[in-house]
Amino acid sequence: MDLGTIWFLLWGVLWAVYFVLDGFDLGVGMLAPVLAGSDTEKRILLNSVGPFWDGNEVWLITAGGVTFAAFPGTYAVMFSALYTPLMLLLFALIFRGIAFEFRSKMETPAMRSLWDKIHFLGSFLPTLLLGVAFANIFQGVPIDKNGIFQGNLFTLLNPYGLAGGVLFVLAFLMHGALFLACKTENPIRDRAIRVAEKLWAALLAVAVLFLVFSAVATKLFLNYIENPLLFAVLALPVGGLLMQRVYIGQRRMLAAWTASAVTIAGVALFGVLGIYPALLPSSLDPAFSMTIANSASSPLTLKIMLTVALTFVPIVILYQAWVYKTFSHKVTEKDVDYHEAY
Amino acid sequence: MDTLMLSRLQFAAAVFFHFIFVPLTLGLSIIVALMETRYVRTGDEIYKKMTKYWGKLFLINFALGIVTGITLEFQFGTNWSRYSAYVGDIFGPLLAIEASVAFFLESTMLGVWVFGWDKLSKKMHCAAIWMVAIASNLSALWIIIANGFMQNPLGYVMRNGRAELDDFLALITNPYAWGEYAHVLTAAYLLSGFFVMGVCAWHLLRKKEVDFYTRSFKYGVSFALIFSVLAALAGHAQGNLVAKLQPAKLAALEAQWNTEKRAPLHLLLVPGDAEKGNLVEALPIPGGLSFIAYNDINAEVKGLKDFKPEDRPPVAITFWSFRIMVGLGTLFIALAVFAWIKRNDLVNQPRLLRALLWVIPLPYIAIDCGWAVAEVGRQPWIVHGLMRTKDAVSPVEPSQVAVSLAAFIVVYAMLGAIDIYLLAKYAKKGPVH
Repeated sequence: MDLGTIWFLLWGVLWAVYFVLDGFDLGVGMLAPVLAGSDTEKRILLNSVGPFWDGNEVWLITAGGVTFAAFPGTYAVMFSALYTPLMLLLFALIFRGIAFEFRSKMETPAMRSLWDKIHFLGSFLPTLLLGVAFANIFQGVPIDKNGIFQGNLFTLLNPYGLAGGVLFVLAFLMHGALFLACKTENPIRDRAIRVAEKLWAALLAVAVLFLVFSAVATKLFLNYIENPLLFAVLALPVGGLLMQRVYIGQRRMLAAWTASAVTIAGVALFGVLGIYPALLPSSLDPAFSMTIANSASSPLTLKIMLTVALTFVPIVILYQAWVYKTFSHKVTEKDVDYHEAY
Repeated sequence: MDTLMLSRLQFAAAVFFHFIFVPLTLGLSIIVALMETRYVRTGDEIYKKMTKYWGKLFLINFALGIVTGITLEFQFGTNWSRYSAYVGDIFGPLLAIEASVAFFLESTMLGVWVFGWDKLSKKMHCAAIWMVAIASNLSALWIIIANGFMQNPLGYVMRNGRAELDDFLALITNPYAWGEYAHVLTAAYLLSGFFVMGVCAWHLLRKKEVDFYTRSFKYGVSFALIFSVLAALAGHAQGNLVAKLQPAKLAALEAQWNTEKRAPLHLLLVPGDAEKGNLVEALPIPGGLSFIAYNDINAEVKGLKDFKPEDRPPVAITFWSFRIMVGLGTLFIALAVFAWIKRNDLVNQPRLLRALLWVIPLPYIAIDCGWAVAEVGRQPWIVHGLMRTKDAVSPVEPSQVAVSLAAFIVVYAMLGAIDIYLLAKYAKKGPVH
């Protein structure tokens, strides 16, 4: 495998890891208004993701950074073409981050409820926008031969893009609910499980719709038809989705959460493998697409980056795994009394 | 306004605002880590209280540093896509390395530190804040190496119509970058020292928690004293490098229009333009400028007129920012020395304490002026001598940038207000008993 292809795959994996990790804390943020009644319950919810969300978000920075480093041509065209949605995403993430940090530091009920609303929007908007953006990438965006975007925000809000947005919202809601089912005790745990049960049918319906829609609206399946072995990758989201229901039924919540992680990663990888060797297909003419060949960094840069990635990413995974283990306990009212808590 | 100007304003707003939070993060993390180390070593509860109190102020600041930093990385793609495509082969990896080597560690360990008081042993908990501190400072190093490439491009070749990496070692050992890092880091630590002193001063004036704040003050004053001196030395060394590597920037920050040997340093100077020269030029020290720039009173200093008009940096901003920075830097040394002398008798120094309270914003101003010198002084180049800023901007509609710029201003103003409100609130509250 050449360096460009290796980096293409790593690029896809990085985005998949980001969706899996930030997915559950964005999901928890969206679920908070539904799942938590009292202020204490709200704080239990926030504290359940407290030690993790910041580290999770760095996977986004890394995914962005790797796009810049390994495929600067794609980074340039993709991020300027998606200018407005990306700005919206950034502002939403700003608000989410400070809502986490500042909610507990402004004690009046009015301020708290304002921060809760901001936290909800700061979780919902990024999820929706990421879904819309990635569905559009899977489908191809109107970039011309100079890499200039011929469209606007509404071009991106096409039916397939919106289907991607809805899919992400449902998948992250599910992911967050399952996470809470693992990390909390009754009555929140009970509510989270009930929400997960209800969500499942909707998620299944939208996932099937998205898959069928992909066959109609995109060229994603061409790669699959050419290499039928790739269809095995589709087993990830499909299998993950089905296993979620089984595990939820058995009340094996950690297994269900893992199945949800497999589903989310599977959807991302399904799309990424479908657009190969483009990172950003052009819907105007395939010749205008940003691909490995016309956007990758020099072999030297790719080699240095590979050395850095192979050295440091395993270390990152090790210490993040340690953090998840250290904070694997269930979050209860006791943790909320603790004054550093959200 | 066009996309270029709007994008420049947006980037400037984002950078300057981000850099309000970064310096305090760099220094205060170390101060908090030192306090917690002392607590682990001695078991004295007062150091635990100090750790928690200063740690809370650190956290408020850190949160804003992170969220404003994220927007910066993405702006290279959204607003400066031609730059990203042209030098991404060199610039991109530096940002990616920063994320994987440093940013991951600092963000992950911060969560551990905040939530781990009861979950970890004392030593492990203390190790977590040290990791946050080290990783934050390492983060800054990679970012400044990236900035160093824009100031003094090294380690690249022109190939395939873009700058490609040729010598990674040359890129990361860029003397400009390391000099810049030394200057930025010392300035950040001095800012943190003054911040700690200022907060202590407020309480000591009211004679509240005297023991707690006197001990805290000693951390602040040590930082302020050591690093105000080192920042000046690092700044001078950096000035010598600028003279050698970016003569147009040097000429702009001294408003030197004509090339001359044994160039004088004017104590009174108001910059003008190329036609009429400076508006005021008085009290010359012969050979002074040659000496501070090259450590040689007979050295030749190249004037702005010997650069093509399109290659000259804006003089006024560069010139005045430089003077504010140097003037404040001098004041910091004097104040730090005085505060050091009086450190054991603070409650009887109301004037000093009041002054220290009002001094809190000044290091911030000095640091942002320093960045103005570095970045505005580099204009019209985005990468010095290699790519012009006007060729770097994205092909996006001005209206898009105008809207996002407005959003940046509104949101950042709000964040700034919240930050000041919360810092003041928790600083005034005093330690938790």
